[in-house]
Amino acid sequence: MSSVAQPNRQSARPLPDQPELERLVQFALDAARRHGADAAETTLSVDQGLAASVRRGEVETIEHRRDRAMAVAVYFGRRKGAASTADFSERAIEDAVKAACDIARYTSEDPCQGLADPAHLATAVPDLDLYHPWDLSVDEAIDRAQACEQAAFDTDPAIDNSDGAEVNSHGGVRVYGNTNGFLHGYPASSHSLSCAVLGRRGDDMQRDFWYSVSRLPEGLASAESVGRQAAARTVARLGSRRLGTTTAPVLFTPQMARSLLAHFVGAISGGNLYRKASFLLDSLGEGVFAERVNLREQPHLPQALGSAPFDGEGVATRERALVEAGVLRGYVLSSYSARQLGMETTGNAGGVHNLALEPGDLDYDALVGGLDRGLIVTHLMGQGVNLVTGDYSRGAAGFWVENGEIAYPVEEITVAGNLRDMFRSFAAVGSDTDIQGNIRTGSILVDRMTIAGE
Amino acid sequence: MNQPNAENLSLAQAHILGPAGLTEDDLDKAFGQLMAPGVDAADMYFQASRHESWVLEDGIVKTGSHGLDQGVGVRAISGEKTGFAYSDEIVLPALLEASTAARAISRSGASGSVRAWQPNHAPALYESTNPLDTLTADEKVELLRRLDAEARAADPRVEQVIVSLSGLHDVVLVADSEGQLSGDVRPLVRLNVTVLAEQDGRRENGTAGGGGRHGYAFFLEADKALDYAREAVRQAVLKLDAVDAPAGTMPVVLGPGWPGVLLHEAIGHGLEGDFNRKGTSAFSGRIGERVASPLCTIVDDGAMAGRRGSLSIDDEGVQTQQNVLIERGVLKGYMQDKLNARLMGVKPTGNGRRESYAHLPMPRMTNTYMLAGPHDPAEIIGSVDRGLYAVNFGGGQVDITSGKFVFSASEAYLIENGKVTRPVKGATLIGNGPEVLKHVSMVGNDLALDSGIGVCGKDGQSVPVGVGQPTLKVDALTVGGTEA
Repeated sequence: MSSVAQPNRQSARPLPDQPELERLVQFALDAARRHGADAAETTLSVDQGLAASVRRGEVETIEHRRDRAMAVAVYFGRRKGAASTADFSERAIEDAVKAACDIARYTSEDPCQGLADPAHLATAVPDLDLYHPWDLSVDEAIDRAQACEQAAFDTDPAIDNSDGAEVNSHGGVRVYGNTNGFLHGYPASSHSLSCAVLGRRGDDMQRDFWYSVSRLPEGLASAESVGRQAAARTVARLGSRRLGTTTAPVLFTPQMARSLLAHFVGAISGGNLYRKASFLLDSLGEGVFAERVNLREQPHLPQALGSAPFDGEGVATRERALVEAGVLRGYVLSSYSARQLGMETTGNAGGVHNLALEPGDLDYDALVGGLDRGLIVTHLMGQGVNLVTGDYSRGAAGFWVENGEIAYPVEEITVAGNLRDMFRSFAAVGSDTDIQGNIRTGSILVDRMTIAGE
Repeated sequence: MNQPNAENLSLAQAHILGPAGLTEDDLDKAFGQLMAPGVDAADMYFQASRHESWVLEDGIVKTGSHGLDQGVGVRAISGEKTGFAYSDEIVLPALLEASTAARAISRSGASGSVRAWQPNHAPALYESTNPLDTLTADEKVELLRRLDAEARAADPRVEQVIVSLSGLHDVVLVADSEGQLSGDVRPLVRLNVTVLAEQDGRRENGTAGGGGRHGYAFFLEADKALDYAREAVRQAVLKLDAVDAPAGTMPVVLGPGWPGVLLHEAIGHGLEGDFNRKGTSAFSGRIGERVASPLCTIVDDGAMAGRRGSLSIDDEGVQTQQNVLIERGVLKGYMQDKLNARLMGVKPTGNGRRESYAHLPMPRMTNTYMLAGPHDPAEIIGSVDRGLYAVNFGGGQVDITSGKFVFSASEAYLIENGKVTRPVKGATLIGNGPEVLKHVSMVGNDLALDSGIGVCGKDGQSVPVGVGQPTLKVDALTVGGTEA
C-alpha cells in the first residue's frame, strides 16, 4: 500500500504509474524467457476506489478498496502453463513465472495453444477517453447517498424501509504484454450510485432498486432521480398476484432484454462452439433472429462502459456487424477458439465490447399499448438456461397487460421457451435503449412464451 | 481429525506473521491505531492462500494454473457503522495505514488498546496439510486422464469430456479487539466432470463432481472419482431422451442430497441475521411461528468434519456449531455474525463469513440440511398421481423480501400413477419461501448430504457451502416447463 496522508480523500491515492506497471509486465516476460519459455503473456490490473453506503439516513459502511492481480501464461512449444499473483515484488513475480513453467511440463501439446498471431495485434492504442477520476471525499459520498435514499423515502409513504443507498467510485489500469513485443495499457474509471428500498402495503412487502453507472462522475444521474426511480419501482410491485398457467407475448424491459442478448453471445462464443455446447452451431450466414434484428459490436465508443482498444490478448478490437437483418455475420472468438474452429480471431478474448441492438420505432409505452394481453418482465431469477439445447426456463416478476394497459403486478411465475424460437420471434425492439451496460438494448417483445403459475 | 487448534493458531502465525516479520507487539500497535474511542469493536483478518487448477479437455491436459493471494482486511465498527480497508501487503506500515483508514468511521481522535492476546482453542475439523502437496503433478494428470477414459468408455455417445481438478490451501489468522487470536488452516479440493453426449444430431450435457476440506486422496477412496465420470455420462445420456417439461402447479417429489438447494434458497437466506435485523426478510419477526409442516426440522451446521461448507472457526474467530433453524415446523433462530448478533442482542452463531480479506464478513450459511423423516422413498413416489420427480439441480436464487425463490432442475422425471416414467427437460421451479415447506406432506428416511459442490453468492461474495435433505414431497410447487 502506498501512503495515505488523508484517508478521507480518495484522490489522495493516485493510480500507480503506468510505466512502472509496464516495467513489471516486461519483468515477468523476461523471467519467462529466462526460465526457457518459448513465448509468454502477462496481464496486470490494479483497481482502487471508495464505496460509501448509508441506510435509513445513517452511514453503514465506508470501504477503501484496492485490488491488484497479475496473471502469467507461458508456452513451451504448444504446451501452456499459467499462474497468478497479487504480490508485485520481483521475487513473487519470479515465483509465479516459475510455477507456470513447472505446470507447462505436465500439460499436453495442443496445436491451438499460443499467443495471438502478431498480424492481429493492435498497432496503435486509441484513446477511448475511459478514465475520469472523481475527486470524491468520504463526506461527499455520504451526502450523495443520503440524498438518494431520502428522495426514495419522500417519493411515496408506502416506502417504509431501506436496504440503503451506495456511492461507489473506482479507477484502475490494465496492462497487457506478450513476447511478440506487445506492451500496452490504459486507465479506466467507473462510478455508480444505487439505491434499494422496501415498500409495504398490508402484509405485502416488496423491494426494488435503481442505479446509475458511468465512467464520468458527471455522467451519473442525480441522486434524487435514482432514489425516486427506486421508490417508484418498489411501489409498483406492491399487490403482486400470480397468474394462471398460460401462453402469451412477453415484453422484456431493457434491463432484462440485456440477459437475452447475453445468452446469444454465450451461444456464439468460440469456447461453446468448438465444444459443440451451443444451440447455434454452424449458424454463420443463417437467419437466427427475426429479420428486424441488427446487432453491432462497437468497441471504440468514447467513454462507453464496454469500450476497449484491444482484447485480452492484445488483438485490435474493431467495429463490426454481428447480426444483419436477422442473419448471423460473425462469432465471438479468441485466438484459441478460432484455431479450434479453423477461423481467425474476432478480437473477443475476454468477451464482447459494447454490443448494440438497433432500436425500433416504438417506445416502451407504445409497445405496452400494442399488447392485447401479455406479460411485461421486469425481474428474472435463477439460471435455468441451457446453451447446449437453448432450453429456457426462468423465474419472473413484472406486470400483466390487458387491452394495452397494465392491469396488475405479478410474481411467482416462470417464463419458458427455447432461445432458438425466442430469437426468431422478436416481434419488436423498443426505442428505449439503455446504455448503462456492455450490452445496449431497448425493450424486446417475444411473440409467445409459456407462463407457468397457479 | 480433532487436533487442538492451538496447533492451527501457531501454524497460522508462523505462516502469515513470520514471513512479514510481524509480532504480537506489532498487532498491539496496529490495534492502538485502530481503536478510537467511538469504536465498539474491531478486527484484523490476515490471509495467505495458494490454489491450483488442472483442466483436461479433448483427451489432453490443456492447462494448469497456480495462484498466490495474501493480504489483511481491517475493520472498525461503531454502532451500525463499519469502516473497512485492506492491503495485499502484510507489512506493518500497510497495517497501520489500513487501520487509520478503517477507524475514520468514528470521527474521534484518541487511541485505545486491546487486552492481552488470548488464543482461541476451538478444535480443528479438518487436516492442516496442504492439499496441493498430497499428489504429485504426474498423479494429478493421471487422475484426469483416467476420468476421461472412464467417461468415454461408459457410452459411445459421449463426444466431449472436460475434467477439472482444483485445490486450495487457505491459512487465516483473526485478531479482534477483545484480544482473541484465532487461526485456521483450511484445505479445500474439488473435482468435476462434464460430458457432452450426442445422438441423432441432438446434444445434451451432464455434470457431476464433489469435494471437501481434505487432501486429494479423498477422490481416490472407493472409486469416488470414477463414479463422478460415470454419473456425468448417465445424466447426459438420459437427457437425450427427455421430453418437454410440464408447466403449472403440481406435486413435486425432490430426491435426497443436492436438491436440498431448496432449503438454501427457500429458508436459508431469509434466516440470515443481517436481513432480519434490518427487517427486510420475509421471515423478519417470525421466530416462534409455524413456517413449515411439523415433519420439517432444518439445521445449519458448520461443525461437520471435512465438509465443504464447514469451518473450525468462522471468519470472525467464532467456533462453528449446529444451529437449529426450524424445529418440527416452527421457526427457531437466525444465523448471525458478530455485528448483527450484537445489534439484535443475541449470541453470534459461527456464521460470520467472508470471501477473502478484501471483503467484509456477513451472516452466511455453512451446511444447511433437513433431518430425516419417517417415510420410505418408494412410498413417497407411489403417493403421487401426476407430478414431477426432480433429483438433480443447477443453482437457485431468492428474493429475500418477497420470499419468492427459484431452483432449476437439471434431471427430472414425470410421475404418472405412482410410477416414475419419462425423463423431462430441465425446468425452473418457483415458490414462496415462508409457504413452501407448509406443503411438505412426506419426508423420507434417506437423508443425504450433497457431494461437496456448492457455491453460495451474496452481495458479490462467493463462499463454499453444503446442503442436504431426505427425499421429500411438496404437495404444490410451480414447475416452469413449456407444456402448458
